[in-house]
Amino acid sequence: MAETHSLQDMRQQAAVAAKVFIQRDYTNGTMCQFQTKFPSELETKIDKQQFEETIRTLNNLYAEAEKLGSQSFIEGCLACLTAYAVFLCMETHYEKVLKRIAKYIQEQNDKIYAPRGLLLTDPIERGLRVIEITIYEDRSFTR
Amino acid sequence: MKSREYQQIDPQAPPTPTQTPLPHHHQADGVDRRKEPRTPRRKWEVFPGRNRFFCDGRIMMARQSGVFPLTLGLIFLTSGLFFIFDCPFLVKHLTRCIPAIGGVLFVFVLITLLQTSFTDPGILPRATPEEAADIERQIDDTGNTSYRPPPRTKEVLINQQVIKLKYCFTCKMFRPPRTSHCSLCDNCVERFDHHCPWVGNCVGKRNYRFFYTFIVSLSFLTAFIFGCVTTHLALRAQGGKGLVFALQESPGRYPYMPNVFKLSLTHLFTAVELAICFFSVWSILGLSGFHTYLVASNLTTNEDIKGSWSGKTGEGVTNPYSHRNIFINCCSVLCAPMPPSLIDRRGFLPADESAQTSGVDIELPNLNNKSEINVCTQETKGLLESAALSPLLATSCPQGKPQTALSCPDNSPALKSDPSLELSQRRGQAHPNSKTYGSTSPLRTYTGLHKHKRASSHTARLTFDSHVSPDGDHGSKPKGHQGTKFATLH
Repeated sequence: MAETHSLQDMRQQAAVAAKVFIQRDYTNGTMCQFQTKFPSELETKIDKQQFEETIRTLNNLYAEAEKLGSQSFIEGCLACLTAYAVFLCMETHYEKVLKRIAKYIQEQNDKIYAPRGLLLTDPIERGLRVIEITIYEDRSFTR
Repeated sequence: MKSREYQQIDPQAPPTPTQTPLPHHHQADGVDRRKEPRTPRRKWEVFPGRNRFFCDGRIMMARQSGVFPLTLGLIFLTSGLFFIFDCPFLVKHLTRCIPAIGGVLFVFVLITLLQTSFTDPGILPRATPEEAADIERQIDDTGNTSYRPPPRTKEVLINQQVIKLKYCFTCKMFRPPRTSHCSLCDNCVERFDHHCPWVGNCVGKRNYRFFYTFIVSLSFLTAFIFGCVTTHLALRAQGGKGLVFALQESPGRYPYMPNVFKLSLTHLFTAVELAICFFSVWSILGLSGFHTYLVASNLTTNEDIKGSWSGKTGEGVTNPYSHRNIFINCCSVLCAPMPPSLIDRRGFLPADESAQTSGVDIELPNLNNKSEINVCTQETKGLLESAALSPLLATSCPQGKPQTALSCPDNSPALKSDPSLELSQRRGQAHPNSKTYGSTSPLRTYTGLHKHKRASSHTARLTFDSHVSPDGDHGSKPKGHQGTKFATLH
């Protein structure tokens, strides 16, 4: 992925000071949601509102990906009738939303996090377990 | 002792590969990585679980294919006999629809079976070292002098129910709700249902719908074939005229055989079909019924067997995942958006990490064919190699192999610790976490029981009881086993 290459370049040029992990929030069940609690390590780096806004948007996107709507119902029934062979040819609803999430994260990194020496890692690269935020030492580093 | 374990993880270390470099479990046959150390390698080649990958990572199965070839063989055999021996007769005497319906059902069964077997069931990738270190930091340290470390659990509130999340020592993370570690595949699987030897794979979040469709369509297929075969025999047995008619019908097939033998051959194969279908129908119909109940209540086999929500473990506990509506439960299990595979099998490893792992590969390949007991030793060597490259806490070895509980703990996670102290630690850890499943080898138990699976539908649940229970609660179970064994030693 192009975004990964550019983010990796950034990573290689600056030293990693610390990593913060935003864990999953299971209060609504097994749906993919992340905790919006603001970690103490980021207090000096980024505005709390901005951070919470990012996490909330991500949570909404994941909720949309997993939503049991009429569209997913029709998709599921159609897939069942074709013995799920359509999954081999068609991009699923979830995958479409994951692409949007990847784009959103890249946008956020470009506009908000990279100028502050932070880097958001797409949770899908960590098995949807955590949002990994890398804190770089070189605060004057800009893209 | 806990501090000793914590020392293994150094968060200041350079980023290490997300998959631990233990390659010798899982490589598909025929690819010799020693010849190509520099080409970019895909992540499936260094996948730490016990899985097999085919078609360059597109297809995956459990390493032990179980009786999957038998399943395929039986389906092909029964359907083949049906199309060859019964269809011609029934088309003549009944209707042309019969082979059409049979054909559709057969194709449906085959496709869903292959999808169940070859799809990633919802494996959770193991935690990166930095994540694992972060979690260890967050776990409350109740006291370094304590002989027994506290059981690692975290409580969350889901829909007003208190759910305990257990820490998986193999995957180095707190397991999400409904996730269980399969000891056969050595992976944490989301919404773990059971490990099915008939399909040679775990059944979890991503392939449960395929599995359910497979067993439902298979029950239709076996019932259909059973009905057709019975009709065939009944029609043939309708008086002497029927038999004579049949004899006159079939001279073309075996022109050089006497008529008596032709009839016997047809009868023999029909009888074989009848026998297979008779035993299959009951067991598979029973299984389909059981899973329909599970789908309607949004339960997994694992939860049902353990009685997590039936009130055995507590008062007033209800399933927090159920939507309280059968239709919505069915939709959420069968028609929900298909979640993606989290293990990125076909992604490429970064170049520097490929070089690291290829270094490890070159030293270990000759140990590939040893038994499970020796795998622990190999893994320890591999871990020592990788520990030299980057201080990485050892993974996977002991918890993944409950059968080799006695030898494994000697090569257990804390490589630098005193083995006797480690034994005591693990014994100490075993007690709070040990369950009542006993110390028998889980693999032996379920294999033996699965041979009886076809005997009756009642055993469907009991079978799962015996083979699921060792698979669930993986993080604590082998410790329970080892604890029991140590108790006898000490």
